[in-house]
Amino acid sequence: MTTQVIPKPGKPWEVSVKERSKTGSLIVLAAILAGALVKLPDLLDEAVVKFPDFLPWDVVKLPNIVEALTGIDGKLGFAISFFLIATGLTFFRVLRTSDIRAAKDTLLSSFALLGIVLTLIPIVSIVTTVFIKGYKGIHPGLFFNDMALNSVNDPIKEGGLLHALLGTTLMVFGALLISFPIGVLTALYLTEIRGKLARPIKFLVQAMSGVPSIVAGLFILSSLVYPVTKELSGIMGSFALTILMIPTIARTAEEMLRLIPNDLREAGVALGATQWRTISGVVLPAAKSGLVTAIILGVARIIGETAPLLLVTGGGDALNANPTSGPMGSLPYYIWKAFLTGGTEEAFARAWGGMLVLLVFIFILFGLARFLSGRKVG
Amino acid sequence: MQVSPSSLASVAGNREQRVPGTNLIGSGLETRGVHAWFGTKHVLSDVSLDFAAGTVTALIGPSGCGKSTFLRTLNRMHEFIPTAALAGEVLLDGKDIYAPGTDVTKIRLRVGMVFQKPNPFPSMTIGENVLSGLKLAQLKKNNTDELLESCLTRAGLWSEVKDRLREHGGALSGGQQQRLCIARSLAVEPQVLLMDEPCSALDPGSTFKIEQTISELAKSMTIVIVTHNMQQAARVSDYTAFFLSDGGPGVMVENSPTSKIFSSPTDKRTEDYVTGRFG
Repeated sequence: MTTQVIPKPGKPWEVSVKERSKTGSLIVLAAILAGALVKLPDLLDEAVVKFPDFLPWDVVKLPNIVEALTGIDGKLGFAISFFLIATGLTFFRVLRTSDIRAAKDTLLSSFALLGIVLTLIPIVSIVTTVFIKGYKGIHPGLFFNDMALNSVNDPIKEGGLLHALLGTTLMVFGALLISFPIGVLTALYLTEIRGKLARPIKFLVQAMSGVPSIVAGLFILSSLVYPVTKELSGIMGSFALTILMIPTIARTAEEMLRLIPNDLREAGVALGATQWRTISGVVLPAAKSGLVTAIILGVARIIGETAPLLLVTGGGDALNANPTSGPMGSLPYYIWKAFLTGGTEEAFARAWGGMLVLLVFIFILFGLARFLSGRKVG
Repeated sequence: MQVSPSSLASVAGNREQRVPGTNLIGSGLETRGVHAWFGTKHVLSDVSLDFAAGTVTALIGPSGCGKSTFLRTLNRMHEFIPTAALAGEVLLDGKDIYAPGTDVTKIRLRVGMVFQKPNPFPSMTIGENVLSGLKLAQLKKNNTDELLESCLTRAGLWSEVKDRLREHGGALSGGQQQRLCIARSLAVEPQVLLMDEPCSALDPGSTFKIEQTISELAKSMTIVIVTHNMQQAARVSDYTAFFLSDGGPGVMVENSPTSKIFSSPTDKRTEDYVTGRFG
């Protein structure tokens, strides 16, 4: 009986440890060089070094080279020189070991990496800042009380944002309830019916997505609040948000419906289904996860809107579960008010706490949407 | 590759020949002077062809000769393309399917279609896919379990999927997906089945199974199949129609019993094509 020798599974396509350490040392070298460019003159300046008389440093102070050349100093100067030096070093190393094509390839990779870093910096910075500054404003009572009897300058343990959380939930949900059917029907008109008005409507939807939110608020104020209801309320907030939400949902849903292969529509129609049966039975179920994406983007568009809500909701501080009557609070309004009308430690802590709650609320919402859409293949 | 015409002829000759009239099941289709356009481009010119009830007809010809377009005129899928235009008549049991007032969904229920690329509905399970036609066309059916089994059996897929009816159609192999699509089109009980190169994306094993399925189905319905594979035409069809385009619109060059097309075609162009001298 022969025993079969099974080789050890490996990953021969991976970069070897030796190569990796070489690249790593190159990066370290770049960091040292960049640091030297930025910091060395300062160090030399501080250290009491007696230069021989014939050297120019005694007369001319050695300048910070990066600062002298670009006018940028400190951390930013270091970051820029580090990137340029690291890119240059790897470029020339690849050029030496390989050819110009490979070198250009690494150049492009470096710039892609730079792009990622530049994108991540603000995101990470915002999230960490909100968490660091916001957690001080968080306490259990926040979720059980409103601000009806408290001012923003009261001790942080008093009052809460239950009214704001409820108001935001109700208004966003209300806006979604109106926008989703309208947005999806618009998208269906553009992708499935493709009528004569498709072009102008598409143009209109695109133009509408650029409407400033304050204009949406003013529009509701002048077309509904003043002439009709004569009362600021939560539902008016939903209407204002709807104006902002419909274009986002319609455009996203349109793109998602365009991704559905025409084969499926043909298959549905060939089975003797009418166009609407095909759309409701085949196209929309296949686009389900895409439509959830449309909802996410739509909610993301409006959940932080402050301006229209300031105008039409009356900015309530008391718990109000009735969207048709009375002022209704919202998280953005809560944050706005704490920041602008307070001025004390407590007020700022409140504002940052509100931001943290809003951020976590959005994360939970998105996580939930992803979970719901990911459960079934679609 | 030079295909010996005699081998194709013998393949075709080995089939049991069905003659119209002896097997009166399903519906017959006739076309009268069918022309088709896409925009201003004339792609199909004056095709008059009879498909007798209970026969299998293969449409062969080089790419771009209009055979798929012709097939799609037979159940009014042609009009699904916005720029499409048409002239002529397509008679299903003697009635023009393009006559004003005809309910196009009823036509497509009677004339089913299987597409080149397997296209099971991704949001549905295997079982739901098979029965989707009932739901989509809003047909009432008792005994859906029985129907499910009989459709899958006729499509030659039952034994492979009977324990996984709740899985999604996308989990099947390409050949199984195509047979699932055949089963799906059978569930609404069409009298005519159009197949647009149903095996072109499949491996030989799956192709063999689908050809078996076609032979089984031919006992109870009329089948029109577009194929690039002349062996397949010889194996499965009773009649073969040869389409050709010489730069202009596609025309039907010859329509004969399959054994004749591959042994002694009347037209020189047909002979050149089936012997592999071009195309």
